[in-house]
Parts: sequence; structure tokens; C-alpha cells
Amino acid sequence: MTAPAVAPTSDLRAPTADRGRRAGRASSPVRGGSGGHKPGQSRFGVTGVLSIIVLVVLAVLWLLPFLWSLATSFKSEADAAATPQTWLPAGGFTLQAYRAILEQGNIPTWLFNSLFTSIVITLIVVATSALVAYAFSRLDFRGKKWLYVATIASIIIPPQVLIVPLFYQMLAFDMVDTYWGIILPQAIAPAMVFVLKKFFDQVPIELEDAARVDGAGRIRVFFTILLPLSRPILGAVSIFVFIGAWNNFLWPFIVTNDASLLTLPVGLQTIKSAYGIQYAQNMAAAILAALPLILVFLFFQRQIIKGISTTGFGGQ
Amino acid sequence: MTTTTAKAPAATADRSAASDRSRTTARRRSGGSNENRIGWGFAAPFTILFGLFLVWPLLHGLYLSFTGQSLTGQGGELIGFANYVEAFGDGAMWRSMLNTFWFTLLSTVPLVVIALVLALLVNTGLPGQWLWRLSFFLPYLLASTVVSLFWIQLYSPTLGPINNVLATLGLPQPAWLQDPDTAMIAVVATTVWWTVGFNFLLYLAALQNIPDQQYEAASLDGAGRWRSLFSITIPQLGPTTGLIVILQVLASLKVFDQIYQMTNGGPAGTTRSTVQYIFESGFTGYRFGYSSAISYIFFAVIVVISIAQFSITARNRKGAQR
Repeated sequence: MTAPAVAPTSDLRAPTADRGRRAGRASSPVRGGSGGHKPGQSRFGVTGVLSIIVLVVLAVLWLLPFLWSLATSFKSEADAAATPQTWLPAGGFTLQAYRAILEQGNIPTWLFNSLFTSIVITLIVVATSALVAYAFSRLDFRGKKWLYVATIASIIIPPQVLIVPLFYQMLAFDMVDTYWGIILPQAIAPAMVFVLKKFFDQVPIELEDAARVDGAGRIRVFFTILLPLSRPILGAVSIFVFIGAWNNFLWPFIVTNDASLLTLPVGLQTIKSAYGIQYAQNMAAAILAALPLILVFLFFQRQIIKGISTTGFGGQ
Repeated sequence: MTTTTAKAPAATADRSAASDRSRTTARRRSGGSNENRIGWGFAAPFTILFGLFLVWPLLHGLYLSFTGQSLTGQGGELIGFANYVEAFGDGAMWRSMLNTFWFTLLSTVPLVVIALVLALLVNTGLPGQWLWRLSFFLPYLLASTVVSLFWIQLYSPTLGPINNVLATLGLPQPAWLQDPDTAMIAVVATTVWWTVGFNFLLYLAALQNIPDQQYEAASLDGAGRWRSLFSITIPQLGPTTGLIVILQVLASLKVFDQIYQMTNGGPAGTTRSTVQYIFESGFTGYRFGYSSAISYIFFAVIVVISIAQFSITARNRKGAQR
């Protein structure tokens, strides 16, 4: 429908690409070209122009806190504490704050701790959840119903109400101030079991039957047939779990004390209390801490958005 | 019963048929103990972690709530309902509950409404889709500590850009996080900025699942964009909205991180949440038993609210089907 409107000249390349992409998303409803509306109406009508204005204003509003913090992180401490504050500091931009933070801080260590614990948590959650979800979906074993009911019911338990008994348990296991102490209590995600079970339920059983007729056992069927089919949902679950673990504050805050074991979010909290009035350094530390996940997002934007949409409701 | 099955959408019927089938095949195939062994083999790793780090602490917490246990190891003997009796008479506990409810109410409404508006705007097919998604979702990727550092700066009474703007406009400049009248609002605004992108993505996904034909039919009937919005889009989003509200209320009730970091519950306890009170009783007051009792009261509140919400949504859905 849009094709004839786009002249195939080279100076229109950008809009062509854009429209082509939009038209390619045939499943999207209200988007340009769908419905019985005249093609131009949605984009250039009064409502369209108003939508653009409102969106631009909101997007700018949403990005401003980043930009302001970014600007502050490149100021000298003197400029960051000057009144009134301006976007462009009197003394020009400088890397002082970053240098200071990287020299005295444990940020690289904390970065490693966050990365390591989040990856291990994600691996454990994905592996154990996929296995048990397969058992729930396809296998018959004694006590299955009870285990399933308990798993689903436990989704409602707020992890925050378990902090005291969990800490007690970590003391007993001698896991306070250890990586395992950070990892193990975060390594269960009943909601993700539910998501994966629902996904496995929808995979046609005939696919497995064929392999089983050929003599493949349950375990082989799981690894060679079901897992490859589940790559997208496993990716979605991984992303969801990883972001949650990466940003978790309360539990690592409780279970770690040793500065060399802190995760990035917890470490930042100590920076804030240690140099409370070093505004530029605070911002530089915050920007450094924000960077890894933002980079990950820029690389895997599509997968992350899809992951949130498919796992956000527990698979609804 | 049979009529409801017949009326159920095709997808559900298919799925239940599939699960019936899988059940019968499983039974047919099950070599009894062998199937049992394999089943538990698959379930074991999760079940062990589940038992150790969820079921056990849940039960142990309940036990602790009936003791005078302290972090130092003293007071482990049972003291009956003393902790619960104390908690119900504890003004600070009630205060934290009220703060939590107030926060939940103040944050849930904008977190649902703004998410919907953003999704509707982005879904009109404007160019630069990735840029809009990026702008609204990016904050969700930040750790609470990063968010708090950003916003403490923004809210700073003298150095913050917010008060700078207000000063230029000649408006009053509150101390935001230090003022009991504005602290809660400030924390809520930060929370909306931080997490609205999540609900926004859920709405966006739901919008893209509304079948085209409905809009085509409506526009053949002469319905304009606004008419379509209110008679197709919003009703079609009903179930999504129900779920987003449920999830949001539950998430907001558990608030701790950003408030603890931005105001530490202050000024004068006006923003202290229940989770913070649980944390403080346990880890700064060293009263594990008492902290566990408050945890359980809080847990009970969450269960009651969840059940109430789910039954309301379920009733609405049934009403809509009729």
C-alpha cells in the first residue's frame, strides 16, 4: 500500500527503508497502512502531529535525568558544586571524576562480582527451571501434582519476607560474605518454571514421539529436540533473570560486608555514603555502573524487548 | 460445564486437548517406576534449591516469629504470640504499612496510565520506533542505586536542575526529599520514571496482538480514531490492564531500595516502608524474632491483596464473557 508512494530514487532511501520495515511488520495493527484509514491520515493528521509532539516532549523528559547526570560527571568538583548549576560548566568538561573514581574505587572488582554472580544465578535458574518444567509438562511421577502446586503457589512469596531466616541460614552454612551466599538464595525462580512449562505444553508432542519411536530416551529427546526449539524462550528467561540479579540490592546488601565481595549496586551505596558531597564523582560512579547493562541493551535490544513481553506476565 | 468448554476460544481448547493427549501418552508409556525415576531426576535440582532456599526459610521464619531470637543468638526460646501482640500495638509498624499503601496507591495509577499512554502513542506507527522504546525503557535497566544517585542530585534543593527551573519560573522551590510534605511524591516520581518502561513494553506487546480486522470492521462502520480507541483498543486491553495492575500493586507493596537510598525512610519516618521496617528490626535492631513476625504480617497482607485482586479480575472477565 505504501510502495507506490515511495519513489525509488536514491535521495529517498531513508524513508523507503523505514516504511519498508514498517510494512514488513504485518502483524502490527494500528501502524501506518493498516485498517481502513487513508494512509496519510495517521501520520500527518492533527492527531498524528499532536502525538509526535507529545511523544517528543515525553522522550526528552525521560532522557533528561541521564543527560544531566552525564554532564555532571564530566564537571570538576568545584563546578559540580557551584550555584547556579549550568549544563556547561565554567571550567569546561574534564575526566577528573572518572579518574578519581577508578583510582580509589573498587569499581572494577564490583563489576566483576556483579557479572559473575548474575551469570551464575542465570545459569542455575535457567538449567533447573527448564528441567523441572519439562518434567511438569511431559513426565509422570509420584508427587508431581503437589510439587507443581507448591511451585506455583510460591510465586506469591515476596523474597523480602525471607531475609531474616535466609540470613540465619547463611550463618549456619557459613556462607555470609561469600559468592555462594549471594548466589544460592537468588537461584530459584518459580515464575520462570511456570513460563517454561507453559511453553513446553505448546510444543506438539508428535515431534518427540517420532524421536522416541526411533528409540531415543527422555533425556536425549529433551536435549536434542525440545531445547533447540526453546532457544528463544530460554533467551527471554535468561535476560529477565539476569537483569533482576544484576540490579538486586537488598539481598547482596544484607549478605555481604567485605568490600571486595560487594556487587555494583551495593558498592555504589557505600560510595555514596563515603564521599557524600563529591557530586561529580557520585555521578561518574553511577554512569560507570549503568554502562554495562545499557551496552548489553543496545546490542540485544530486540531480544530484550521480546523477552520482557513474553516473560513479563509469567508468560501471558 | 460443557457449554463453557464449547464457548472457550479455539486456542484454549487446543491446548487442553494437547495436555489431555500428553497425559494419556504419558500414562500409556510410563513404565511405572522408570518414568518415576526419570521424572524426579529432571525435577530434583530445582526441588532441592526450592526446598532449601524457599520452603525451609519460609517455615523457619514462621518459627522464629514465635521466639525472641536475636542476631547475637540469645532469646531462642518460644514466647508464643508476644511478637505479634507487640507488632499490632507498634505505631511504627502501622506507620510503615500506611506509608507502603500510600506509596502503592500513588505509584500504581501513573505507572499504569502513563504506560498505556506511551504505548498508544508509540504504537501509532511514528518513525524511530527503537528510539522511543529506548528512551522509555532505558531507566528500567538501571540499578536502584544508580537511579537514587541520579535523582538525589536532581532533587537537590540548591544544586538540582528541578529547583533551578522552578526558580526561573518564579515558583516555590521545595526541599523535595528533606521536606515531609514532598518526600513521598518525589520518591513516587522517581519510581515512575524508573519502572514505567516495563509496563509500557507489556502494553506495546498487547497492542500488537489486537487483530487488524477489528479496526478494519470499525472503520468500515465509519468509526474514527478516537472511537476505535475507546470501543476497540481499550476494551481489548482489559485483561492486560488487569494483569499489569495486579503485578504493579504487588511490586509497589514491596518497595524498599529506592526509598531506603534516597530518604532512608525520612524525613521523620514519612517514607519508611514496611520492608524497610522489617529490615531495620532484623538487621539494625538485631531482633530476628520480631522482624520475622512483621514479615509474616506483611506476607499475610500481600496474600489477601493478591487473592482479592485475582478474584476481582476473574469476576470481571467472567462478566465480560457473558
